[in-house]
Amino acid sequence: MDGAWQGAQGALRQRARGGRRGKLAAVAEFDSVGLRYGTGAEVLRDLDFRLGAGAFYFLTGPSGAGKTSLLKLLYLAQRPTRGRVRLFGEELSESPREALPPFRRRIGVVFQDFRLVRHLSAFDNVALPLRVAGASEQEIEGPVREMLAWVGLADRASARPPTLSGGEQQRVAIARAVINRPELLVADEPTGNVDAEMAKRLLHLFSALNRLGTTVIVATHDVGLISATPGAQLIRLENGSLVDPTGVLKNPPEDQWRG
Amino acid sequence: MARMTFEWLFPSASERRLLGGGKLRGPTPWVIAIMSFSIMIIAASGLALANTAALLTRAIEARYSLEVPNGGADLGGLVAALKSSPGVVSVDVVSQNEMRKTLARWLGPAAKNADLPVPALINFDTGPGADIALLQKRVKAIAPEVEISAHRESVAPLLRSLHLLQWLAFGLVVLLSGAAAAAVVLAARGALDTHRFTIEVMHGVGATDLQVTHLFQRRIAVDAFVGSVAGAAAATLVLLLLTTGATFAGELTGGATLGAGDLLILLAIPFALTILATWVGRTAVLAALRETL
Repeated sequence: MDGAWQGAQGALRQRARGGRRGKLAAVAEFDSVGLRYGTGAEVLRDLDFRLGAGAFYFLTGPSGAGKTSLLKLLYLAQRPTRGRVRLFGEELSESPREALPPFRRRIGVVFQDFRLVRHLSAFDNVALPLRVAGASEQEIEGPVREMLAWVGLADRASARPPTLSGGEQQRVAIARAVINRPELLVADEPTGNVDAEMAKRLLHLFSALNRLGTTVIVATHDVGLISATPGAQLIRLENGSLVDPTGVLKNPPEDQWRG
Repeated sequence: MARMTFEWLFPSASERRLLGGGKLRGPTPWVIAIMSFSIMIIAASGLALANTAALLTRAIEARYSLEVPNGGADLGGLVAALKSSPGVVSVDVVSQNEMRKTLARWLGPAAKNADLPVPALINFDTGPGADIALLQKRVKAIAPEVEISAHRESVAPLLRSLHLLQWLAFGLVVLLSGAAAAAVVLAARGALDTHRFTIEVMHGVGATDLQVTHLFQRRIAVDAFVGSVAGAAAATLVLLLLTTGATFAGELTGGATLGAGDLLILLAIPFALTILATWVGRTAVLAALRETL
């Protein structure tokens, strides 16, 4: 499988080079962001940070700290109840919902529960972002097969999610998340449902994507995963607030970014 | 441009797979078929009533009767006066035999009794230039007891009833169309609930509301078209049986006919119902999607 991964990395690198939309200082900027659901208490409070283009982040914190809520703001599944969120240089906190789809196409998301469409094959699940973006079937066929080969599922293209193992489903989800050359990859506990070996492989995959220029943010409890990724930056949430005593997340030094 | 506008009608195989399942699932096509059937029958009845009313109105608009109580002593003079009056286009004397035949319906054999005084009746039609007031003067000069009566006055209650029934039919067509639209809204909401997860995933990867809506819109259009055409076909069969079948049907329809224009209107009903259902379904889906982020 490693051979297939390495082989496809070349293709992905080529696609990434063609697909970059120019250098951005920050992929995401949060300014005094707060979030509450309904009339409940704020689950996120006064978040001030910037995600540098091409950087690799781990988002950590105890359960209930607000990691998933923060990620939802990042992949535009939720609007902040206060403050401003800028993605790719655009203020999106109060943008009309019609303006959001083009930005969502620039973001890949990997969920802990995979969120694959059960009645679609692995191929169709991976092809979904390309089809939504308007690619023709001819344009889709090659890249999707390539991506499935990259995640080691070339021979499972026609299998439906219920017939795939947890690890296989996670790899399909990752293939779907990266097929559209995202500028930002958001992963919520991606290793929660896979064994240690698969977790290592997924991390290898994320690192490979990051080296190609994708900003990666991974929410995880897995200390092993964090320690196995040298150079990654840590964002820690506690009770909905960012732990940033030095202000490095709010005003990161430019040399930390690879963008 | 037409291809762009109706592109949603011709989805690729992959787009069809997105919602899974086959065609004609659920009760929507059946509900629409029943609505289409009912609308067709009611619309056909309404149109036939309109035609009957128009036919009746045309037939009696210019028709009058002259009743001569003394049984026809002045009949010759009255007929001559009518024929020589301007605007009178035809004069028709109802024979005594016909009068007695008519009376026999109520009186039975007694109507043939020679002692029974039977009035004479003259029907006449008028055209442009007829002056009824002048006619009245002329005939009263010959026989003061005669009365001219307009047929339209005697059938006015019937015509009012026919017009009322026409409006009732129109109202029922509107109500049934509304019910069909409501059924489509419920079906669309049900479909959205069923496919909520797929929609969330599609939105997550950047699908627009319109892209999602097109998937549902096509399915609604297909269901509505199949249902309304099936209902219309069944209604056509029933209408054909009623109009050309058994003897009782002749009595039932009263010889009312449908013209080419009416048939075109009836033919348009399944298509109009399909367009209505598709538009309502699309609007319902778009409105529901706007409630999400």
